[in-house]
Amino acid sequence: MSELCLVSIGSVPENALQWIEAAAAEWFPLPIRRLPPVAVPDGAYDPKRHQYQSIEMMKMLAKLSPIDNGSRILGVTDVDLAIPMLTFLFGQAQFDGPIAVVSLCRLHQEFYGMPAQESLLRERAVKEVLHELGHTFGLVHCSEETCAMSLATHIELVDAKAEQFCARCGLQLVQRFSREGGV
Amino acid sequence: MKKNWPILVVDDEDVMCESMAAWLREDGYRVDTAPNGQKAVELARPTDYAICFVDLKMPGGMDGIETMMEIHRVRPDASIIIITAYATVDTAIQAMKEGAQEYIVKPCNPQEISMLVSRILKLKRLQSENAMLRKKLTRQYRHHDIITKNPRMEEILALTQDVASLRSTVLIRGESGTGKELVARAIHYSGNRAEKPFVAVSCAALTETLLESELFGYEKGAFTGATAQAKGKFELAHGGTIFLDEIGDISPKLQADLLRVLQERRFYRVGGNAEVEIDVRVIAATNRDLAEEVEQGRFREDLYYRLNVIEIKLPPLRERREDIPLLAEHFVQRISSELAKDVSGINAAALKLLIGHDWPGNVRELENVIERAIVTCRNGMLDEQDFSWLQQRTAKSEPWEIPDVPLGELERRAIVAALERKHGNVKEASTALGIDRSTLYDKLKRYEISH
Repeated sequence: MSELCLVSIGSVPENALQWIEAAAAEWFPLPIRRLPPVAVPDGAYDPKRHQYQSIEMMKMLAKLSPIDNGSRILGVTDVDLAIPMLTFLFGQAQFDGPIAVVSLCRLHQEFYGMPAQESLLRERAVKEVLHELGHTFGLVHCSEETCAMSLATHIELVDAKAEQFCARCGLQLVQRFSREGGV
Repeated sequence: MKKNWPILVVDDEDVMCESMAAWLREDGYRVDTAPNGQKAVELARPTDYAICFVDLKMPGGMDGIETMMEIHRVRPDASIIIITAYATVDTAIQAMKEGAQEYIVKPCNPQEISMLVSRILKLKRLQSENAMLRKKLTRQYRHHDIITKNPRMEEILALTQDVASLRSTVLIRGESGTGKELVARAIHYSGNRAEKPFVAVSCAALTETLLESELFGYEKGAFTGATAQAKGKFELAHGGTIFLDEIGDISPKLQADLLRVLQERRFYRVGGNAEVEIDVRVIAATNRDLAEEVEQGRFREDLYYRLNVIEIKLPPLRERREDIPLLAEHFVQRISSELAKDVSGINAAALKLLIGHDWPGNVRELENVIERAIVTCRNGMLDEQDFSWLQQRTAKSEPWEIPDVPLGELERRAIVAALERKHGNVKEASTALGIDRSTLYDKLKRYEISH
């Protein structure tokens, strides 16, 4: 049976996992299963950049659970993600594939030298989770700035999004779910 | 999926290729990856990549610059973005000189790369739109779009095809509305200058001084109001074709200037000291008899021979009546679609009426008549009622029986009749005949007519 596996990579606050679980349950018609937390993979750390390669995280997620057709696995981490080409990532997903990873690191107000703000962290986390899971269901970046699928290349653009998909992306998701028979 | 714009990422590091490809795929692009230059070129052969990200340093085999050059050999339009580390920025700049569109230093900000990709693709879209419009324009003016089944017109079209790629000057003669500019465009768009500008100038529309600055441009301060240097039509047509319509109307001074341009391919802007060199093909047109104008001393003989290297004489519509049904149907289809009127054709009685009309305004008049009929048409087919006003106009003109006499005799009789009508007043008779007084005097002398 298809499911959405949620796994924390390294130390992730429980309340953040709960927000993410609730948002995923609201938007995606898959039963959610929490996997036991895993450690950040050794090979992911880039000592020169003090960041973690997201592709290594995704490789590790692929090995975690046998993924049947229609299932997704979402890794959540609090470490800073990057790829060799880019200075950072809020998250990454396999386009139309089963694996996605989201980093909370740059969603914290503290990262920008501001006092912590839990409600803002929750909003940002939900938006990024919808965004990356949206990619796994074949959604590409949306030109509607307030849609969860719009490309955010800095935190202000994350804040400009709503915690939902625009009508067009939402419809595309619904069509995809109905085509896949309840997935 | 933005399938029209595939992207290639070339890097020997698998993690670099795959992570970059994954990031771009989220944006909807089709992305391929290649671990080396050789594989990249293999992939580029069958695929029209819009952008290729190529790592500058790849050990063994081709490096980034060699890869870029090989990709350009098979895909000259692909935009190459060289990926480099800080230590190799100088080499990346060298890559730009060799033809790379951009270079990016890794790691770069996601916003930077996102903007770079959008900027390049926007340019690609404009280039592709431009190419499409050029193609459309070229198609629009190709020979087979001039509608005819008249043998003389077909010969003319064959001639235009033959002369299309030459630089020789062409003189197109024909009454107003016979399609002189259309033929000029057909010559331009069928030849090797098709990608370059076609610039049309109506010489009769402007005064001598205005036409001079229009043709040759002017320098700042050349005259009151010349606040900045301006290029003339000859400069704007550089590499292409200039079409000088109604050339018979230009002043003696401009005739001299034009002769110099045709002879030397260079000129001065108005108020300028520096010569401007140009490569322009000249196609001129007139509804006057230039040989006659030369004879009368109104047009320079040397310029006439310079212009008249290849002469094309377009027949008036009344001498190609077999084309009237074809042209009429063509105009009905085109104009009804432009005006969003549901008019499907033209009935036989209306066609007969159109074929019988003399069309002094030629094809342009036919086009206007059809447009007027479509505007007022109340059902889906044009009939003779839609052209009743034309019928009245035709009926008003008196029937003309042409006597079986030599042409000179016809002219003599016309002159005598005009003089009789104007009671011997040469000035008024010349106006009525559409010639000037000195020409009429010459003719009076030639035909030994006393007045």
